[in-house]
Amino acid sequence: MYRVNSKILYCKLNANRVRLRITVADRTSFPMQQAPSTTAEAPRSPADLFLAFLEIGLSGFGGVLPFARRMLVEKRGWLAPDVFNETLALCQTLPGPNVVNLSIVVGSRFAGAWGAAAALAGLVVAPVAIVLVLAALYGRYGAQGRLPGMIVGLGAAAAGLVVATAAKMAVPLIQRRPVSGGPFIAAVFLAVGVLRFPLIWVLLALAPVSIVVAWRVSARRAP
Amino acid sequence: MKPLGDTLGVLFVQFAGLSLVAFGGANAVIPEIQREAVDVNHWMTAREFAALFAIAQAAPGPNFMISTLVGWKAAGVPGALVATAAMCAPSCLLTFGIVKVWDRYRDAWWRAAIGAGLAPVTVGLVGASAWLLTRAADLQWRLALVTAVTAMVTYFTRLNPLWCLAAAGGLGLAGLLS
Repeated sequence: MYRVNSKILYCKLNANRVRLRITVADRTSFPMQQAPSTTAEAPRSPADLFLAFLEIGLSGFGGVLPFARRMLVEKRGWLAPDVFNETLALCQTLPGPNVVNLSIVVGSRFAGAWGAAAALAGLVVAPVAIVLVLAALYGRYGAQGRLPGMIVGLGAAAAGLVVATAAKMAVPLIQRRPVSGGPFIAAVFLAVGVLRFPLIWVLLALAPVSIVVAWRVSARRAP
Repeated sequence: MKPLGDTLGVLFVQFAGLSLVAFGGANAVIPEIQREAVDVNHWMTAREFAALFAIAQAAPGPNFMISTLVGWKAAGVPGALVATAAMCAPSCLLTFGIVKVWDRYRDAWWRAAIGAGLAPVTVGLVGASAWLLTRAADLQWRLALVTAVTAMVTYFTRLNPLWCLAAAGGLGLAGLLS
């Protein structure tokens, strides 16, 4: 409410600039700037953020995004569903692990740099500790008895999970953009997966072309 | 054996670079992590890489932890911490810096073009990850079957992936996969 009032005040000062500010505010996915009815809840402190992301990090296996959604949207009510989707789109466009980016965006929007640091720490600390314990156990006992069999079994299933992820990403994209998307998927797959070219050269060669093609295609569709 | 400091430096530079090109998340840079760890630096074999990836998948948490484990394999716990920090820090700083600018240009044409242009590149990279992990993990037909069944179940149902991992681990422990 306070923010809305201050905006009305600002309105009186400079009508022109305010129109701009209101558009910006309407379009931002910043929950604290939105109408209070959308999201009533907000984290009270960086400690709150830390605890929420600690739980997110510990609950997800093989990717934690569904758990992040459950926690932030359904359990805590910090983000409205559409705000979560927009924020996720941003996190997926930026480089880096998506959930890590999500912790930074949510943390910084609610509580600045400290909030971002707290959310990131909450997300990362426990899983890293657990995976290191597992790695130490693997280093020590991995070659004994039937454990190697278990590990190759896990490896085969883990590879299957990535195959399914790749298929889930590829099928809708190829259906939607067979000409502007398909060839780039195939080219990147061949260059990186089969020919084993260094990633950076592949990205420098193909990403700009793909972006220009996507831009030309969308420009033609919606002039 | 190189001195520890050298290895930590290599880990830091490698993962900090990957952090900034990991469009679509950690799965997209697995081919490059594997290339560096196995072919370039000889920290492990492709089979060991597949085993570490399996551990990272079986543990709770975000899926960038393959970088933690590669760091661990290359240089112990210091290596794990350096690799984890390097994988997170650059992209986090970038994200932190970009949030406000990004919100302001939500409807800019270049934003949509970058997103749409990077999408097929990301898909190609995740496909390459799937290909390389499958080749490293599937040493014989029973393991290939596990991969295929897991992929089908995960693609066509909403079953928690942990069940597939648990079943495969159980079959392996029972000695049925080797």
